[in-house]
Amino acid sequence: MRNARLRIALVALAAFALVLPWSGETPAQSKGTIKIATQSPLSGGQAALGEGIKLGTQLAIDKLKGPLEKMGFKVELVPFDDQAKPDVGVANAANIIADKDILLVVGHLNSGVAIPSSEKYKESQLAMISPANTNPTVTDRNYLNVSRVCGRDDVQGSVGAEFAKSKGIKSAYVIHDKTTYGQGVAEFFKADAEKKGIKVIGFEGTEEKSNFDPILTPIKAKNPDLIYFGGIYDQAAPFFKQAREKGIKATFMGPDGMDSSDLTKIAGTAVKGMFYTSVAGPVTVYKDAAAFAKEYKEKFKKDPEPFAAQAYDSAAIGLKAIEAAAKAAGGKVPSREQVSVAVRKTKHTGLTGAVEFDEKGDPKKALYFVLQVASEDPAKWGENKPIKTLTIAAPPLKKS
Amino acid sequence: MKRLLSQPVPAFIISVGLLGVTAYAVSHFPRSIVAFMLFQASILVLYFARMSAWVKGPLAALTLIVLMPVVGSINGYYLEIAIQVGIFVALALGLNIVVGLAGLLDLGYVAFFAVGAYTWAVFGSPQANQFLAGGLFPLPQWWFFPFLLLGVGMAAGAGILLGLPVLRLHGDYLAIVTLGFGEVIRVLANNLDKPINFTNGPKGITPISRPPIFFDPALRAVGIEPDPNVIYPLYLYFLVLAIVGVTILVNRRMEDSHLGRAWEAIREDQTAAQAMGVPLVRSKLLAFACGASFAGAVGVLFSAKQVFINPESFTFMESIGVLAMVILGGMGSIPGAVLGATVVTVLNLQVLKGLSLWLNELRNAGTTIFGWSLADLPTQLEPAKYERMVFGLILVLMMIFRPQGILPARRRHRELADGSGEQP
Amino acid sequence: MDFELLIGIFPQVLLDGLILGFMYALIALGYTMVYGVLEFINFAHSEIFVVGAFVGVEILLTFKALGWLDLVSPFLVLLLVLLVGMLASGLLAVSVERIAYRPLRGAPRLIPLISAIGVSFFLQDAVRLFESIWRNAFNLVYPTMETLNFRFNLTETIDVSVKSLVVIVASLLMLWGLHALVNRTKIGTAIRAVAEDQATASLMGINVNRMISLTFLIGGAMGGAAGVLFGVQYSLINPYTGFIPGLKAFTAAVLGGIGNIPGAMLGGLVLGLLEAFAASYLSLLTGGAFGAEYKDIFAFSILILILIFRPKGLLGEVVRERA
Repeated sequence: MRNARLRIALVALAAFALVLPWSGETPAQSKGTIKIATQSPLSGGQAALGEGIKLGTQLAIDKLKGPLEKMGFKVELVPFDDQAKPDVGVANAANIIADKDILLVVGHLNSGVAIPSSEKYKESQLAMISPANTNPTVTDRNYLNVSRVCGRDDVQGSVGAEFAKSKGIKSAYVIHDKTTYGQGVAEFFKADAEKKGIKVIGFEGTEEKSNFDPILTPIKAKNPDLIYFGGIYDQAAPFFKQAREKGIKATFMGPDGMDSSDLTKIAGTAVKGMFYTSVAGPVTVYKDAAAFAKEYKEKFKKDPEPFAAQAYDSAAIGLKAIEAAAKAAGGKVPSREQVSVAVRKTKHTGLTGAVEFDEKGDPKKALYFVLQVASEDPAKWGENKPIKTLTIAAPPLKKS
Repeated sequence: MKRLLSQPVPAFIISVGLLGVTAYAVSHFPRSIVAFMLFQASILVLYFARMSAWVKGPLAALTLIVLMPVVGSINGYYLEIAIQVGIFVALALGLNIVVGLAGLLDLGYVAFFAVGAYTWAVFGSPQANQFLAGGLFPLPQWWFFPFLLLGVGMAAGAGILLGLPVLRLHGDYLAIVTLGFGEVIRVLANNLDKPINFTNGPKGITPISRPPIFFDPALRAVGIEPDPNVIYPLYLYFLVLAIVGVTILVNRRMEDSHLGRAWEAIREDQTAAQAMGVPLVRSKLLAFACGASFAGAVGVLFSAKQVFINPESFTFMESIGVLAMVILGGMGSIPGAVLGATVVTVLNLQVLKGLSLWLNELRNAGTTIFGWSLADLPTQLEPAKYERMVFGLILVLMMIFRPQGILPARRRHRELADGSGEQP
Repeated sequence: MDFELLIGIFPQVLLDGLILGFMYALIALGYTMVYGVLEFINFAHSEIFVVGAFVGVEILLTFKALGWLDLVSPFLVLLLVLLVGMLASGLLAVSVERIAYRPLRGAPRLIPLISAIGVSFFLQDAVRLFESIWRNAFNLVYPTMETLNFRFNLTETIDVSVKSLVVIVASLLMLWGLHALVNRTKIGTAIRAVAEDQATASLMGINVNRMISLTFLIGGAMGGAAGVLFGVQYSLINPYTGFIPGLKAFTAAVLGGIGNIPGAMLGGLVLGLLEAFAASYLSLLTGGAFGAEYKDIFAFSILILILIFRPKGLLGEVVRERA
């Protein structure tokens, strides 16, 4: 009986072994395979955003791999699920650097995963371009291989505060979601708003996702001019919706985490007319972005998630850099360090604006927009108009 | 196979042969997960093989101390897996004391891990300058070792702190209180960035100092130029190995000690144990403290390994994961906890990931099944997205078909087999 | 400190806490039913709850697509959705028991717990898989029904919406119904007999398996109802929504004395009130040093305190310690 079971197990194992390929070989006819990895949560509560990163990258590879294929390379996407967990991200990172074909990582969603994982990438100078990690620490470590296309929390908060001031806001209530991103933006907003003379009458963090009544009650009593929510739309939308239902009349505002048609899908009329800051221009500003949204929808049957366009740009920059590095290396597969160096030299006009990196990997001059939600209809999200456009350079590296 | 393994000589040949072949396979196919898994399996075969402890001990030591690092230097990913397996093995062994031996269901075990991790993270990084004057921080690297002990102490302290008020509770009340405690620690770590910044909140702490390479001069003397990228993973691996070794040793001694018997008595029947003179309060407190202390030690190591930590690493799901390891392996069984931790970690990091990567490769290669191209698979069905689903399924099936765990505790078995070794 | 403000919001916070508490109580009923009979934490209950919420949103979205939502009275629609959601969740709970728990009966108590955790993982992603194929969406939104969103202004500062009242009324009805079912009917007697002693109950001619299935059906149905009401009240759901409310409701069940039906209600209310007051007042009282983010610590600390003084929960366990 036990023997039989053991035998079955062995047979199963053998079958499994036969089925799994001895990966790593490349077809003889091509000059080599170049793989681009994504790392983002594909399962768990943040899967939707993580998948946006993966799909954006996939679209970029499908569309832009032409030049590299002409040079004789095969270009492939390898998606990894970091489960939004640092330890899983680091293990994946070790797996990624062990695969010599991988020349670029597009990721992560969570700064908390990106920071320890990029320590691993650094071991082999593997380029990582982040579409979403706005935490200043990501680039402030001044690693050659770590760059990002998105703005920084510190800048976005000030943009919001400046705009609020210009709208004549006198008092603000700041809420955040207790994540690196949300709290980061909220703190910078608060600091700048206070500097500009706006009275911040409340500063509150919450991990709550559905029931905001107890937080809203004191807000209603204090009656601020503006509520700033540092966080992502899936938490902010129910919050704003419940706020309006409770009869709170304050102006709403948030960072680029609000930039999703789901915001209006969830909150409807409650968020009509609210403001959000963003580094990603609306489709009316960037013609390519409209085409991207259309193609994305055709291919994946859904609207692009917030960081999909940034992921697309990250991958596009990466592909360009790999191409340049390959040319410099005489048509051979470039080394990882060469790619990392090339990434920093790449200038690219993408969906979210022109990107050029400074010495530590931040976009040199990022465009920051303040947009207003035009309609409660999710289909009309693309009609949101930029109210104000600012060009702000990333803060220089602090020499310690 | 089983018969062969029960005879010393063939067992020796088989296990050594398997180890050799699989290690060679790994070196030949450095990217094949199957090869590495076979290597891991042959370590398991070595464990089951019946041979004199004098042969087995050195053989096991040789495998773990020489062969594994060699395999790991071929593919760094394997070393990373080995390190994480080690971390989880130590965690599972610690929880095994609380849940497996003493029978106290702890759903917030990861809290002690967090206590250890934050102990070193705060003082081994510039973070402590935020609330302590003098600019002394980060502490020099060699402080890592005292902090390893301090982490043990802090976590044990937290264990007693939790244990004291909740000793009157049992069963599921205890479970819910420990769950609450785990959440409290995480929320505290997430929020103690104001009014005084202790933990830097959700932004986490970085850079955390790594342990010092004290053998650096020795390496240079032999003529090896230490490259930190190569040395650190190996170094951490050996540190983890040492901690796991100590943990297993302590567990072993504990199990057969007076205290271990007391725990098991409490687990089986609290009232009877008390009637027999087992000091309930002290025994339970010690169970909490012992279990917690291992988590504290690996916590310190974990923060040094990650260089960055934030509260996301210490969620309730993590506690559940460690509990699943203990129960999958076989409650109260040391080899069970080791195997359970290994299986779950390997499953999570390797098998499920490997499977989805492989399917992805097939798709990229345009493979067709019955004339239907895999490339047409809608993205919704991407297997990478359903790892947790598969894990859940495995948990259920495992519980249905082998509820006692993979390697159940052998105490009963041993008691019946030979009475000699069991004198009190 | 602004005392006027502190006192001014008090009634509203009380009301918020009660509504939240009733929500927890409804979910807690499912935990407590199963625990009372099998002495086992049905970890998958939070997913059964989510399935109820998803069934509800699917029906409502279909109605909306067909344009029926404006034709029929919203209360009728809600009733229908509730019933279907309850049925779906109840049946799911029964099948989960049949597949994943029944083979484990008699095993040490941690074994079914792990199995339940496995089921919970499986169901979370199964729901996600289904919705990603069916609607290609992760977050689903309950369609707004104006009648239910209407708010009564009790005073200038205090108001309550129709849907919140629905939650309270439905919870009270279900509590009463459940209490009556368990204590006053033959089936209830049988269930209690099974809870007391399975072997003896079966000797008395009670079909133990059927009673246990029935328990799961009722507990699941409570979860389904809670899911639908949760969706109507808070509007946004996703496959992982159940986790946190499930955890809280489980806490509430223990707080009240697990296995005890009025206890679940009381535990839910206490927890809801604690949370609401902590979230609203902490920041005001400490001048912003501590805020709403500490509400869980607050709730859990009180839980620990209560359990120290009443180790069997507020109302005590109903289950007899089994030898």
